[in-house]
Amino acid sequence: MSALETQLLCKNFGALSVANKIDFRLEPGARHALIGPNGAGKTTFINLITGRLTPSSGIIKLAGEDVTALSQSGRVKRGLGRTFQINTLFRGLSVLENVFLTVCEREGIGNSILRRANARKDLLEESYALLESLHIGDDALNIVRELPYGKLRLVELAIALALKPKVLLLDEPAAGLPSSETAIVFDTVQQLPKDIAILIIEHDMDLVFRLANRITVLVQGTVLVEGTPDEIQHDARVREVYLGEGDHG
Amino acid sequence: MIFKWFNAEQGSAVERFAKRDRLNPLELLPWILAIAAYYVFPSYLPLGSQILLTILFAISLDLALGYAGIITLGHAAFFGVGAYSAGLYALHVTGEPLSGLVVAAIAAGILGLLSGLVILRTTGLTLIMLTLAVLLIVQEFANRARPITGGADGLNGIAMLPIFGVFRFDLFGHTAYWYCLSVLFVMWIFGLLLVRSPFGRSLTGVRENITRMHSIGAPVRRRLVTIYTISAAMAGVAGALLAQTSQFVGLATLGFERSGEIVIMLVLGGIGRIYGAIVGVVIFMIAQDSFARANPAFWSFWVGLLLVLIVLFARGGALGIADNLVALLRGRKK
Ligand SMILES: Nc1ncnc2c1ncn2[C@@H]1O[C@H](COP(=O)(O)OP(=O)(O)OP(=O)(O)O)[C@@H](O)[C@H]1O
Ligand SMILES: [Mg+2]
Repeated sequence: MSALETQLLCKNFGALSVANKIDFRLEPGARHALIGPNGAGKTTFINLITGRLTPSSGIIKLAGEDVTALSQSGRVKRGLGRTFQINTLFRGLSVLENVFLTVCEREGIGNSILRRANARKDLLEESYALLESLHIGDDALNIVRELPYGKLRLVELAIALALKPKVLLLDEPAAGLPSSETAIVFDTVQQLPKDIAILIIEHDMDLVFRLANRITVLVQGTVLVEGTPDEIQHDARVREVYLGEGDHG
Repeated sequence: MIFKWFNAEQGSAVERFAKRDRLNPLELLPWILAIAAYYVFPSYLPLGSQILLTILFAISLDLALGYAGIITLGHAAFFGVGAYSAGLYALHVTGEPLSGLVVAAIAAGILGLLSGLVILRTTGLTLIMLTLAVLLIVQEFANRARPITGGADGLNGIAMLPIFGVFRFDLFGHTAYWYCLSVLFVMWIFGLLLVRSPFGRSLTGVRENITRMHSIGAPVRRRLVTIYTISAAMAGVAGALLAQTSQFVGLATLGFERSGEIVIMLVLGGIGRIYGAIVGVVIFMIAQDSFARANPAFWSFWVGLLLVLIVLFARGGALGIADNLVALLRGRKK
């Protein structure tokens, strides 16, 4: 059974079709890359999966269960985590609290009013350990708003990881990062437990080919081709629409 | 020496963070001052009671606006419904004050819940307009339902029984002052527990970034409706205190002015920090009492000017300015 599956998934913005009958499977433990030119509909595809956008038609399944009608939080509870292409953080809060709030939600204590949040030392320690593993432990008490962009990208990743997702969707996690931080991102992703299924959107082909064991190419909302990195690299259509402009292959 | 005390953050990041929301001795200061005020300004007790219940109203607004980021200009709807419920309850059921508070909280809470379920689907300008709409609807209802509410004449002849059957409300407002102070204290404890709980922290998350809150699996709308209901109930209690201590309820409890002024007071004090409610209300109401009578037009002018300055240059309000000063002094010491 696939960790994540879409069937004939469609999304139209007015006359514009951004997702066009997308049949997609993410297998357990996959390292699956989604590539395609700007505006192909990659982010939209992720937003459909997470429930941020409602599909015009089609079905989304998580571990075999139809979640198309489920709320975003219902899908997160079933093990779906994501990062955003554009940083989506609690800007006025500390780095630690960005992660801590997430851990609280994961543990299902977000409704509790019976005790101080910060009394949960165990969850705070866990949050802090996660930050350290991403080399931003020193910034734990700094306010997100005051941090440089590179670190924000790491906080973005930390939040997604704090959910301990079974299916992780990464939307250009290293976009705009200097190489030192890109390395942190990719080392972290590579060291994640093997049973997590990962879908990653990434423009840097070197990174894609290093990380992914499967690649889907999306063009104008339509899946052009899907295959192993090797197949994709030698696919004539892909080279034409996508790789043709680069120097790979 | 005092700066060292301000500097008390030590230990690992986690330890420091965990300590942050523990009760600080400084937090008892307002209560000491409130008790002292009783003895120092015995002739100002009615104003004192007004201030206390307005602080409660401001705290209720802070829960919704400051913590959860629900921008509302219609909070007087709940204050007024609380006032009218408490007034009607005293007139037609019993003058027992504490049960009157409960009735007011329930009535205002129900309105908060029902209106919240509808309007909290929206954000931004739409939401502001809808909070105003709710206020207008309640206003018009109170105005038209003359047989029940007394219309423009309001509810007169409210007679209160002694609190616990012991403490009579007196002409000089001694009992009223202690009554308001006690209720405010209980509500303050409740508010403090609330904003420091995981639920309360999650509201801050909603305010800071609702999109992110959805994506970490929080049931955002349910949280918003919950806090809006709690906030409404608390505003209802504040309104009930007014009804019970002034023994009159008029349309002004539902006034747009009350709705707007409470937002101004909160912004002056600093939103999203409970104590902003206390500081803002105290400054505003004392200033109003001293200056406004002499020259009402200029009073509005100064309030307006101050508001512009705060919003443009000191978003954190009076407490935000205090924070910056402390930070500055700390920096000097190092
Ligand atoms: N809410 C929206 N309303 C209308 N059009 C939208 C909306 N969101 C996205 N689009 C359009 O849908 C198309 C796909 O956008 P999307 O962000 O999914 O592309 P992408 O593949 O992630 O691109 P990039 O590589 O630049 O991130 C674009 O043409 C975009 O302008
Ligand atoms: Mg995108």
